[in-house]
Amino acid sequence: MGFIDRIARSFLLSELLAGLGITLSYFFKSKATINYPYEKSPLSPRFRGEHALRRYANGEERCIACKLCESTCPAEAITIEAEERADGSRRTTRYDIDMTKCIYCGLCQEACPVDAIVQGPNYEFATETREELIYNKSKLLANGDQWESALALRIEQDAPYR
Amino acid sequence: MTPIILFYIFAIILLLSAIMVVSVRNSVHAALFLILAFCNAAGLFMLAGAEFLAVLLVAIYAGAVMVLFMFIVMTMQTELVQLKEGVQRYMPVGCVIAFILIIEFILIAIHWKVDPKIINQFSNSPLQHISNTKALGNILYTHYVLLFQICGLILLVAMIGAIVLTLHKNPNNRRQNIAKQHRREPNQSLEVHDVPLNKSIKDIGGFIRPKETYYGVTQEDSFGPKPGDKSDITEKRQQREQIK
Amino acid sequence: MEHFFFHTLAGSIVLIVLKTLALLVPVLVGIAYLTWLERKVLAAIMLRKGPNVVGPFGLMQPFADAVKMIFKETVIPAKANRVLFFIAPILVFTLSLIAWAVIPVNNGWAVANLNIGILYLLAISSLGVYGTLLAGWASNSKYSLLGAMRATAQMISYEVSIGLIIVSILLLVGSANLNDIVLAQRRIWFFLPMFPMFIIFFISCLAETNRPPFDFAVGESELVAGFFVEYSSMAFGLFFLAEYGNMILMSAIISILFLGGWLPPLDYVPFTWIPAPFWLIIKILFCLFCFIWVRSAFPRYRYDQLMRLGWKIFLPFSLIWVVLTAGFLMSTGIGIYGGAG
Repeated sequence: MGFIDRIARSFLLSELLAGLGITLSYFFKSKATINYPYEKSPLSPRFRGEHALRRYANGEERCIACKLCESTCPAEAITIEAEERADGSRRTTRYDIDMTKCIYCGLCQEACPVDAIVQGPNYEFATETREELIYNKSKLLANGDQWESALALRIEQDAPYR
Repeated sequence: MTPIILFYIFAIILLLSAIMVVSVRNSVHAALFLILAFCNAAGLFMLAGAEFLAVLLVAIYAGAVMVLFMFIVMTMQTELVQLKEGVQRYMPVGCVIAFILIIEFILIAIHWKVDPKIINQFSNSPLQHISNTKALGNILYTHYVLLFQICGLILLVAMIGAIVLTLHKNPNNRRQNIAKQHRREPNQSLEVHDVPLNKSIKDIGGFIRPKETYYGVTQEDSFGPKPGDKSDITEKRQQREQIK
Repeated sequence: MEHFFFHTLAGSIVLIVLKTLALLVPVLVGIAYLTWLERKVLAAIMLRKGPNVVGPFGLMQPFADAVKMIFKETVIPAKANRVLFFIAPILVFTLSLIAWAVIPVNNGWAVANLNIGILYLLAISSLGVYGTLLAGWASNSKYSLLGAMRATAQMISYEVSIGLIIVSILLLVGSANLNDIVLAQRRIWFFLPMFPMFIIFFISCLAETNRPPFDFAVGESELVAGFFVEYSSMAFGLFFLAEYGNMILMSAIISILFLGGWLPPLDYVPFTWIPAPFWLIIKILFCLFCFIWVRSAFPRYRYDQLMRLGWKIFLPFSLIWVVLTAGFLMSTGIGIYGGAG
């Protein structure tokens, strides 16, 4: 009986037809694709996107040049130089992130004691040249100014879990 | 007028490519020129109204036979030096044959006559009004049916000969037996064990491995299972359970 | 006036050119949109949306692809045989278009209504092998050569069973003219009485056009792209177009041999409203959908299994079927020189 069954199955191509049936049923299902440039998927508040340097509400930059991010960075993408400012506070004169080296691990954000360097929700910062991806301090501060509301909200949303 | 022009075009290309076949150095190019010659010969057949023969010439000679030629020529390392070695030795024989052929052609050309009866026969024959293919079939399967069958048998013998010459039974070959593969059920090859803590699978008797895979192996000392080994482990499993 | 003009030599040439254009332009547009259709259908089966940015529903995508293809750089491998390297794609593409000469789209509407139309198709498809063979050899790369060898062996093997299936159809019809073959199906389409052969013919067509699951010639995972690895730009484009052209051609042949060509399914009013050529197009589209559908469902075969399927299963089966058909026709007396219809 098993023999007849096997022969029948192989000659009637039943297994092949079953496979075709499954693919055809998927043909009529609704599609899972997100129509990307027009639709975007929701992001977690912990999403690690483009970097930004934040400021206090009075406009003073948060970074105190402790260099914890530089030393923790596994890809050695961060370069910091610091000097004393005219008012005696310790500030960075140079804060570069090589975005082509960065592996977006988020350790700089974890290491920062003053929530200065953060990774924001922006992931659409592709450029046409490599040089544009080497961010300096002004670019990072500008990012911070641009995304400040989103950044503050993300930190607030994530605060209960930290 | 047009058929005559076409005839000369086909004939000239045919002759030129035939010359190229023997004179060209690269053997792949030679084979390609031969294909071109076949295609032009098919064109000539077409002009003569023998469209069935034309298509068969393309389909069989250009499409099948020459492909096998190309296969061999492409995979072979043909060195010009080797090919040229024989030329001088065989030149006299070749010249003699060519000479005889030319003389024969000239004799034919001088004494070419068409029997007037044949012309009459053709213009009155029933073959005029049916298609080429049907006419060929009518002759081939009635008058020449015996010869046709003999041709088929000769080809069959040639085919069997080729298979006998090339078929080596390598005892170490592991041939896939698809039917066997499909017959295999999980209980014939799969065992699930409950291994107690701090014991290995060996302590409870080890796995019973199916001796034969679905590759059949013919020789005894070859890699893999031996002939006579059973792929079914059901029997062994029952034996073990009895011992327990 | 016009009628008279078409009887002169120049006029008949013009007529042939016009006929050819009327057939080839739709075919070429069809090839372009087949690439779109394939991407859309595959995407739908994979729960994706497919191209939808260039034009409405991505309908301009084929043209964007064509522009991209044309503007790419043509790379010739250093030790390639330059002449053959360029002849190969041209040959493949030309042969895939030449075969359309005998395809009838309506009763008597063919560029050439040959008495041996089906044999002509066989001859042309057997010549198509040279394109792949030459491409593989001329590009002087081992992957190309391996791909070409595989493609050629595969195409030759499956031509045998295709030929035998055609023989059994010829037995039923009693004529090698494609027009007669369609007209013989007025009572019943051949896919019903010859259902096993219909399936085998379809699978052989998959193998003949090097489509998945028989795409060993391309074999991305082991041969990169088979016989056209070394091709770029429009030379590659021609291979690509030829593959899709062959798909449409094979679908047309399947429709004509088994699905009744331009005939409507029933000869009654709602069906006869649609003009005959559209029935052929609908059938071709159905076959093309099946080609793509099969691609989405099955993984690639293994090479030795492909050969086994061709020589040990399809060949004996179609041989037996030829004998059965001949025996049936002889014993019942129908179809001898008359056709089954």
